[in-house]
Amino acid sequence: MLKAIVTVMLKKGIFDPQGRAVQNGLDSIGFDQVKKVRVGKQLEMELEMTDMATAEASVHDMCDKMLANPVVESYSFEIKEA
Amino acid sequence: MNWGVLLFPGSNCAEDCFHAVDKILGKPVKYLWHKDTDLGDVDAIIIPGGFSYGDHLRPGAIAHLSPAMTAVKEFASNGGLVIGVCNGFQILTESRMLPGSLLQNRGLKFLCQDQSLKVDNSDTPFTSEYDSGDVVVFPIAHNEGNYYAAPDTIAEMEANGQILFRYCSPEGEVSEETNPNGSINSIAGIINRTGNVVGMMPHPERSADGVLGLSDGKGVFVSMLNHLEAQNDS
Repeated sequence: MLKAIVTVMLKKGIFDPQGRAVQNGLDSIGFDQVKKVRVGKQLEMELEMTDMATAEASVHDMCDKMLANPVVESYSFEIKEA
Repeated sequence: MNWGVLLFPGSNCAEDCFHAVDKILGKPVKYLWHKDTDLGDVDAIIIPGGFSYGDHLRPGAIAHLSPAMTAVKEFASNGGLVIGVCNGFQILTESRMLPGSLLQNRGLKFLCQDQSLKVDNSDTPFTSEYDSGDVVVFPIAHNEGNYYAAPDTIAEMEANGQILFRYCSPEGEVSEETNPNGSINSIAGIINRTGNVVGMMPHPERSADGVLGLSDGKGVFVSMLNHLEAQNDS
């Protein structure tokens, strides 16, 4: 078994109102050193696969087809032994 | 002339769309199911609002991969009229049948209100009942209605007259102050390059029957009907 951890973020330059709200919240409790927050999402997937290269190709395909929307999001992932 | 209303698990505006065609236009209409691979004999397809697949991952992200959407794409590529409202618009952008994407509202709040809109292009099969510059009122009800597309895409759409509706004040002023959700250029509804696929966040079906308080939305359905009837005559 392999485990894939996919991170999906809004693309650079696209305003993230949720990140701004989190930053304002941190600021209000004294963490004024935080200058920018971006909120994304993380998906953890257990893969019934053993070959790392095949798994990478599959996860790329999943991201392109469904997990991320390339118009507004970018993705990255890591795959490790589960 | 048959109309189809496409149902997904979580669609919740389908009956209003059905009512608009059945009772307001008085035309035959049937429900289409998301698992259908053959849509049968339809002349126009409405993708209603709601929360298909619970809006999980992103609104429309899972719905756009359903079997019926493959058939909808084929229907549209043959020139068929398709309109997606609210979640239907999100499904159409996810499927790339329309450019851009709908992000979370700038103010992070779910918006539910009557909204003034300015008709930007009345020379389409979906807006011919209006005049360009008309101010109409449709309800909006969404959390992800903040329209975004890359600057070059926006410029191209503006140049091609692909913006059908913009959010505005009751007097018709379009500005950042009258933009409820942060959409680029106050965009509320768009049409594809070939002029047969529309997506819009405001709900014409909820403002099609005057007994509900608003009736401006009826024009969208009447425009589509007139276009289809003119096609049949020619």
